[in-house]
Amino acid sequence: MAGEKGKAYLLAGGTDLLVRMRGDFIDPDLIVDIKRIPGIQEIRKTASGFSIGAGVPCAMLGRDKALASAWPGVVEAAQLIGSDQIQGRCTMVGNLCNASPAADSVPALVAAKAKAVVVGPGGRRRVPVEDVVTGPGRTSLKKGDIVVAIELQKRPPKSGDAYLRFTPRTEMDIAVCSAGVSLTLGAGNVVKQARVALGAVAPTVVLVPKAARALVGTRLEDDALMKLAAACEAACSPIADKRGTVEFRTEVAGVMARRAAVMAYDRARGKR
Amino acid sequence: MKGIAVSTTVNGDAVEFVCDARETLLDVLRNHLGLTGAKEGCGTGDCGACSVLLDGQLVCSCLVLGAEVEGREIETVEGMADGDRLHPLQKRFLEHAALQCGVCTPGFLVAAKALLERNSNPSESEIRYALAGNLCRCTGYDKIVHAVHAAAGDLRRQQKARKKRKAAG
Repeated sequence: MAGEKGKAYLLAGGTDLLVRMRGDFIDPDLIVDIKRIPGIQEIRKTASGFSIGAGVPCAMLGRDKALASAWPGVVEAAQLIGSDQIQGRCTMVGNLCNASPAADSVPALVAAKAKAVVVGPGGRRRVPVEDVVTGPGRTSLKKGDIVVAIELQKRPPKSGDAYLRFTPRTEMDIAVCSAGVSLTLGAGNVVKQARVALGAVAPTVVLVPKAARALVGTRLEDDALMKLAAACEAACSPIADKRGTVEFRTEVAGVMARRAAVMAYDRARGKR
Repeated sequence: MKGIAVSTTVNGDAVEFVCDARETLLDVLRNHLGLTGAKEGCGTGDCGACSVLLDGQLVCSCLVLGAEVEGREIETVEGMADGDRLHPLQKRFLEHAALQCGVCTPGFLVAAKALLERNSNPSESEIRYALAGNLCRCTGYDKIVHAVHAAAGDLRRQQKARKKRKAAG
């Protein structure tokens, strides 16, 4: 990759790359298929949590019972992408590096405090997922950098996450706005830690610390949820297009966040 | 760009071909191997007319490069019938008139086969979700859903009969 003078592209699932080639948006001089790299199509349980290889198709995430029970929100988000045909190929790392503001798995990963493992000419480093995407179609990755895996932490007891998106249809659609929430509860089911991330309402997925603070120390009483929604609305700077106006996206982002928070809370309490 | 030599398995047969690095598995199947069952509808993974199984996993062959399938196993609609004996899904599609122009049909058959292999008794909504990646502009989908439902019953009965014969020795 680093040695190629022309345009070099990585091929994982190919569900974005081949579409862009076909549409003449890109004209690669070199395509490197990473799927034969040992371990890259594996989900590993590690001492610190889970490591999901860059070649793991999203369909595989749901079949991993341990992963799906520790991080149901992340798995559900990844499995909302495309049809069964697409699920058999598409990867979370591809979803991240394609850098769409509406990428479904990314808000869930940001809420989960996931790290991208990057290998490049400068060695190996771990980058918070929210620092990978810098704008629509743009990332902070340098020439020769490869995201080889996504790392998710081990869950403390009484933790739960959830991801919800608004789409006009139930299947085969792109998020108009979306929200990922991850919670850890303490004594008396009071929220101890929270992370809230929104998708499709800004040039990148946005982490909303103020929304998270609205939940910490509460049992998700109504006024906490209203504060969460207000903080989310304030963090939105969406575009208006045929799928949604600025006002609609902003308001519904708050609604998605509220509902995702309640789902994550129920999961953390052991209510499925 | 120079050709890439690939050895793979298609419908149980060992196959070798040479393709350009940019050619998709769909191009290879149709133009090099003469298997024209898989159709090109959109070429961008939206319509499912090119659906095939790759190592048992349902994929759009237009989103797979030919060069990727070295050493893999591919199943296409051509591999569904057993000689002259149609697969229950194919029979039921005919009986239920689940096709009109037929361009989407190979993709629907392969996708439905993939569904019934992991879920032998799907509900109507499970069938509709599993086939959401296949578009049909003729039938309105109802006939396809009914055909898949009927074929699922056929396959369950076949399975039961096989078990019974086995138990009887």
